[in-house]
Amino acid sequence: MSKPTLQRRPLVKKLLEGANDDLLVIAGLGSSNWDITEAGDRPLNMPLWGAMGAPIGMGLGLALAQPAKRVLVITGDADTMMNLGSLATVATQQPENLAIVVLDNEKYGETGNQASHTSPRNNGPTESGAGADLATIARGCGLADSATVREASEVAQLVKDARTKKGPVFRLVKVMVEKLEFVMPPQDGAHLKDRFRQALLGHP
Amino acid sequence: MNAATAPEWRDQIFEVLQAHDIKQVYHVPDAGHGRLIEHCQRSNSVRTVPLTTEEEGIALAAGAWLGGQRSVLLMQSSGVGNTVNLLGLTKTLRFPFLTLITMRGEWGEFNSWQYPMGQGTPKVLEAMGVLVYSVDSADEVRATVDAAARAAFNGGQSVAVLLRQKLIGIKDFGKKTAK
Repeated sequence: MSKPTLQRRPLVKKLLEGANDDLLVIAGLGSSNWDITEAGDRPLNMPLWGAMGAPIGMGLGLALAQPAKRVLVITGDADTMMNLGSLATVATQQPENLAIVVLDNEKYGETGNQASHTSPRNNGPTESGAGADLATIARGCGLADSATVREASEVAQLVKDARTKKGPVFRLVKVMVEKLEFVMPPQDGAHLKDRFRQALLGHP
Repeated sequence: MNAATAPEWRDQIFEVLQAHDIKQVYHVPDAGHGRLIEHCQRSNSVRTVPLTTEEEGIALAAGAWLGGQRSVLLMQSSGVGNTVNLLGLTKTLRFPFLTLITMRGEWGEFNSWQYPMGQGTPKVLEAMGVLVYSVDSADEVRATVDAAARAAFNGGQSVAVLLRQKLIGIKDFGKKTAK
C-alpha cells in the first residue's frame, strides 16, 4: 500500500466547513482536538483533552439524545482501537444521525509517533503494528456503511457522507504523519460542556 | 431477603428512574439487575443500550448529558474496575452521573474470583470522587435510589448506589457447584 498523501488539517477544515447549529462535533484527545480547533473553535465542538476511548460512546449518547441534529465524531486510530466494542454498541442502536470519521496515521501521535496497531506488520523493529484495518473491523461490528478514504479525489464525497448521509456512517481516512502546530481550545471540561449545552439547549 | 420481595424493589427502581425522567439506560447483562433491565427494554420511554464494557457507559452518559438527556448505568461490582479512568470524566466535565451497582464478592459470595473487585468497589469509587450510597434491605431501595438521583441530577454529583449482596441474595449454582 502506498504511503498516505492526505493532510489531516485541510481535510478536517472541509469536514466542518459551513458548520451551523445542526452540527454537533466531538473530537478525540490530541491531534483530532487540535484539528477541529484549527478549523474554528465553536461552542458546539466538544474537543477532548483526555478520556481516550470515549469519543465514539459520547457521540452515540449525544446522537440518541438529539436525533434531529447531526453528530460527527472525529478521532484517531489508536483512540478507536482502545474501545473497539463501542463500534458494536453503536451498531446495536443504528443512529441515523451519527457519523464517525477516524483519521488513521498509524501512529500514537501524542506520545511520540510510535507505531499503532494499524501500522503494517513486519515494518522493522520499532515501526511494526498489526496491520489492523478499522474499516473492516467496523463493518464486522455491524456498521455496514464503512469505507476507507485515501485519495484527494474522494474527499468531497467523504464530506458529503459525514455531514448528510443516513447513518451510522463510518469512514477511515488514511492521513500523513505530520508535525503540526498545537491549536488549543479551552481546556476546562466543565466550561466546554456548559458552553455546548448553552448553545444547544439554551441553558448550561 | 426472600423470593416474594425480590421483584418488588427492582420494580421500584424502575419507577424512580421514570420519575426522574431518565431517558437512556446502559447495562451489561446481569442477573441482579435482570428484571429491571427487562422493564427498561420493554418501555417506550427509555432507550436501553447494551454495552460491551462498563466504561462505555460513562462515555454515553457524558454524551447524553451534552444532548440534554439523563441516563443511568447499571453494572455489577466487577465492572466498576473497567470504568475507573472514565469516571474521571464525570469530574472534569462536572456532569451528573448515576450508577446502580449490584454487588458481588461480599455477603456469602461463593466465587473467590469476585472478592477482589467486590471488596475494592467502594474504595475505587470513593477514590474517583463518586458519592457512594448503599442499600442492604429491600425497604430502603426506593428512598435510596431516589436520593441518589436527586444528588446526581439536582446536585450535579457523581453518585453510585451499591445494591448489597445481602439484598440481592447469595448466588447459588446449586448442584453445578464444583466439589
